[in-house]
Amino acid sequence: MATIPTREGPPPAVTDDDLAAMHDDPRFIELKRRLFRFVVPATIGFLAWYLLYVILSGYARGFMGAVLFGNVNVALVFGLLQFASTFGIAWAYSRHTARNVDPRATELHDEIHYGSEDAR
Amino acid sequence: MNLLAHQTETGRTLTLVLFTLMVAATVMITLWARNHTRDATDFHSGGRGFKSWQNGFAIASDYMSAASFLGIAGIIALSGYDGFLYSIGFLVAWLVALLLVAESLRNSGRFTMADVLSFRMRQRPVRTAAAVSTLSVSVFYLLAQMVGAGALIALLLGIKEGDTFLGMDAAAAGNVGIVVVGLLMIVYVALGGMKGTTWVQIFQAVVLLGGAALLALLVLTEYGFNVSNLLGDAAEASGIDAGFLQPGQIYGVEVAGDPLQTMWNKLDLISLGLALVLGTAGLPHILIRFYTVPDAKTARKSINWGIGIIGSFYLLTLVLGFGAAAIVGARAITAQNAAGNTAAPQLAQVVGDDIGGSTVGAVMLAVIASAAFAAILSTVAGLVIASSSSLAHDLYNNVIRGGTATDREEVVVAKIAAIGVGVVSIVLAIFAQNLNVAFLVALAFAIAASANLPTLLLSLFWRRFNTAGAVAGIYGGLVAAIGLVVCSPVFSGSPDSLLGEGIDIAWFPLSNPGLASIPLGLLCAVVGTMLSPESEPGRFATLQVRALTGAGSERAAGH
Repeated sequence: MATIPTREGPPPAVTDDDLAAMHDDPRFIELKRRLFRFVVPATIGFLAWYLLYVILSGYARGFMGAVLFGNVNVALVFGLLQFASTFGIAWAYSRHTARNVDPRATELHDEIHYGSEDAR
Repeated sequence: MNLLAHQTETGRTLTLVLFTLMVAATVMITLWARNHTRDATDFHSGGRGFKSWQNGFAIASDYMSAASFLGIAGIIALSGYDGFLYSIGFLVAWLVALLLVAESLRNSGRFTMADVLSFRMRQRPVRTAAAVSTLSVSVFYLLAQMVGAGALIALLLGIKEGDTFLGMDAAAAGNVGIVVVGLLMIVYVALGGMKGTTWVQIFQAVVLLGGAALLALLVLTEYGFNVSNLLGDAAEASGIDAGFLQPGQIYGVEVAGDPLQTMWNKLDLISLGLALVLGTAGLPHILIRFYTVPDAKTARKSINWGIGIIGSFYLLTLVLGFGAAAIVGARAITAQNAAGNTAAPQLAQVVGDDIGGSTVGAVMLAVIASAAFAAILSTVAGLVIASSSSLAHDLYNNVIRGGTATDREEVVVAKIAAIGVGVVSIVLAIFAQNLNVAFLVALAFAIAASANLPTLLLSLFWRRFNTAGAVAGIYGGLVAAIGLVVCSPVFSGSPDSLLGEGIDIAWFPLSNPGLASIPLGLLCAVVGTMLSPESEPGRFATLQVRALTGAGSERAAGH
């Protein structure tokens, strides 16, 4: 399979060692740092926010039943806020990865497959 | 007032005609896909060429089962707010899949969940464990859907006790319903593979969403889009008043004078909440959908589509549930089906009647019945393909043949496996028909959350994790979830339980095992890892670079 690397068609095959070699590269460490910087707090945040909702549903019935306007109570609004936060976090994650992660991942992907830029 | 029992011959014929049209359309899609399915990548992963919106609709279709359409609408119609708790857990769960699992899975695996779990482990033990867990989750889920489908088809066609249609009584129609659903899912999967199944699911998602949106729109129009009035009417009609709009009617129930039972009920609510939010990202039929797109970025976008569609759908079921409570009323619903599963179809008929007389009512009923049928078919097809891929790729090729089977052999085995899983589920569902199997959906989520998710996450993010840990984590979580349910009040000791009142082995007080089984599964995985000296940091480095950059990942088919 020793053909001249080109960006058309499937990329040339790589070995497991090619991949492992990238693991300690500072650029890969930076990629992980930027990814986890969003993922870790966001995951802790949405799980805590969701558990708060479940716990209040079980143990704070008075608060959840408080009427805000008309027949709309805290429980309904809290539930809808869970929808809003889910949509919001999904949107923010996509924005974060598109700006901070994807370009770096593509750069490292191409380098692993095609070698560094001047070898293209 | 027993609405569906009044369903006219015309109404039933109309429902049957719509069912037939939908079946014909999906079988045509399947036959088209059959001609475009050549190798194992086509069969297991649909060629990996799907666009994000296409996979998003298929994801939503896998996920929006009869349980989450008719089931949630029914719970809301009869018990009010608590049905909404389910929707929220089911939706938030997608963030776990989005942030932690989907992209890494797409980059590091090939066809099944086990591909990722076994990436840096010894193949045979880990793949066997993953296949056992995949089959357990899928078959339990499948059984719940199919038993529901049988009863539902009888109800949707309006066949009641002592009544017949085309010479079938209710019991015969139930059996016919199970067999028809079973045969269709076998046809979709065995003939169309993942390509056919995905397009069928996209089509069915549109039918389901269209039906639900139309009905919700009619309900809201009746209330001049004043949601507060709709809620008020629902609460008043329920006879529970304000309590109907608050949590606590069926989950976390406060039992007067029994603080111990009240405590268990509330812990059970938290246990259910945990299993819902952590289960989704461990469901094999959801995970394999991420292999149908070209790369991790498309997998991410397809989840965004999925979250948008599923979230909108749950908002629609909220309107339908409260609408049914307000417009149809609990008495008319329970007269038809004690669990409330017919709330949405009954609502369709009443709203249609109000707008344009009995013909419009019959048309609306037929539309919603077809939407429900689509929901059932798309979910069971997804479950069958997940089972057949795992049997063919994990058990046959990698465990039995040591990875030496050809593409062609693997596809043939996958087709045979799809037929086998289908036939077994048809037989089991017919026998289980009169049992209360509603707990099986919650059990499937609990197994996914206890056995699959912890091992998947440790596999992707913990360097030290090894074969012993993965095997212990999967079996530990699986045994804990099933064992605790067997010892719970849903299995024995109460009149509504699976075995009835006569047998009582229910020492575990929670109906949902998640609160105990998820930590147990995680603990088994960690302890198993520490007890084994195996450690391969090099394989972990390979996996992590592949998972996060996509280098070396599987490509879309060239044809």
